[in-house]
Amino acid sequence: MDEYSGVAGGGVTIPAEVLVVGASASGLSTVEALRRKGYVGNITVIGEELHAPYDRPPLSKQVLSGAWAPDRAALRTQEILASWNTGFVHGDSAIALDLLTRTVRAESGRELQADAIVIATGVRPRTLAGQPRLNGVHVLRTLDDALGLRTDLLDCSRLVVVGEGVLGSEIAATARAMGVEVTITGPQAAPMALQVGPLVSGLLAELHSERGVRLRLGTGVVGLTGEDGRVAGVQLGTGEDLPADVVVVAIGAAPATDWLADSGPRLDNGVVCDSRCRAAEGIYAVGDVARWYHEQLGGLMRLENRTNATEQAAAVAGVILGEDRPYVPVPYFWTDQFDAKIQVYGALPADAHVEIVDGDISARRFVALYRADGVVTGVLGWNMSKQARQRRQEIVDAFGDLVPVH
Amino acid sequence: MKVVIDEDKCVAAGQCVAAASEVFDQRDEDGVVVLLNENPPAEIADDVRQAAAVCPALAIQIAE
Repeated sequence: MDEYSGVAGGGVTIPAEVLVVGASASGLSTVEALRRKGYVGNITVIGEELHAPYDRPPLSKQVLSGAWAPDRAALRTQEILASWNTGFVHGDSAIALDLLTRTVRAESGRELQADAIVIATGVRPRTLAGQPRLNGVHVLRTLDDALGLRTDLLDCSRLVVVGEGVLGSEIAATARAMGVEVTITGPQAAPMALQVGPLVSGLLAELHSERGVRLRLGTGVVGLTGEDGRVAGVQLGTGEDLPADVVVVAIGAAPATDWLADSGPRLDNGVVCDSRCRAAEGIYAVGDVARWYHEQLGGLMRLENRTNATEQAAAVAGVILGEDRPYVPVPYFWTDQFDAKIQVYGALPADAHVEIVDGDISARRFVALYRADGVVTGVLGWNMSKQARQRRQEIVDAFGDLVPVH
Repeated sequence: MKVVIDEDKCVAAGQCVAAASEVFDQRDEDGVVVLLNENPPAEIADDVRQAAAVCPALAIQIAE
């Protein structure tokens, strides 16, 4: 393996010190990729949580249901973390960045200076505006969120999930499988309609209904009602009042960029980056917080997907070490709800033409190909994970048919 | 190098197959990982490490 230190090929100066702000999937993947690529310089990671770094996808599934103890969601073993020879600062938050000196100031007063800084601060869940603080109202982003929600669900008779996106749909499925009476509500017509389009979201609506989830979709939420400081219900735009003793708000998330407000990098729905995920000289962003220029799709893109955290981190590690390649991923996510394992590659626009190219919808085992203007934009597998992956290349090939870019 | 997979953690993303198809495959019926060679040869060790690094479910462990 090559060892990177000092000056790499092409005269690029390799930083002596890398600072990663954020200790979740994208931050840790950056460290892992730097070390795997042979970087021998100093690395420091600062993260706001006290927990050892953990993975988020299991939070709404195995951790929430109790199938896994929380430590099974650890991102890497302590042994592997130690092998990275990296300084970890847990339980301290970055509050400011000085671009000129590349210094991050933390809440504790600590100042961390580096030659390259990787912003990996992720997103924070949105909450319902203008609502009173009520017990029993949850969001789900962190391990503590998941454990708190689980505690409430164990003693819950009626859960209302506000938000019919991926996270809301997963929480509804997990809670229902725990035996909780669940209602899901949100403005779209069916679960995940924005993410998978009308055909598959219709199938998800059928699945959730069959399993006993009540759907109150196609309507907005007006507000929450409470009694004695505890949530009592969710009021819908239709006038209906859904009784609840626990409510989960899963209405999306906003990039955690408050700490950068006066720092200089352009902020617009994330840290705006070039095609190399560079926000400024020596400043990079990875994962949910990064909004970078996807050269082949010809626009700024921000992905809150698990695999993006790893792939973008590897790309940025390469750029830091002097590789000069644009980051041009095929977006991918999966979701597990009841017995449905759904894999999604690329983009699935609501008005796309959808063709079933393998399997059978009635058997709930199929691969769907999505085309817009005749060009393949996405692939979805429903209980056909391998077969869906095998068609991913069709999206890559279609990148070449797109109108370029620049 | 010894490779250990955790089928229970696997989410059937198939990233491992893309990284090291000589070592990993997926079951046709549910996409869960199939380990083709638990002691891969040195010349593909880096691909196997890549597979472990990109697995979004952290389902691949490697003992060097």
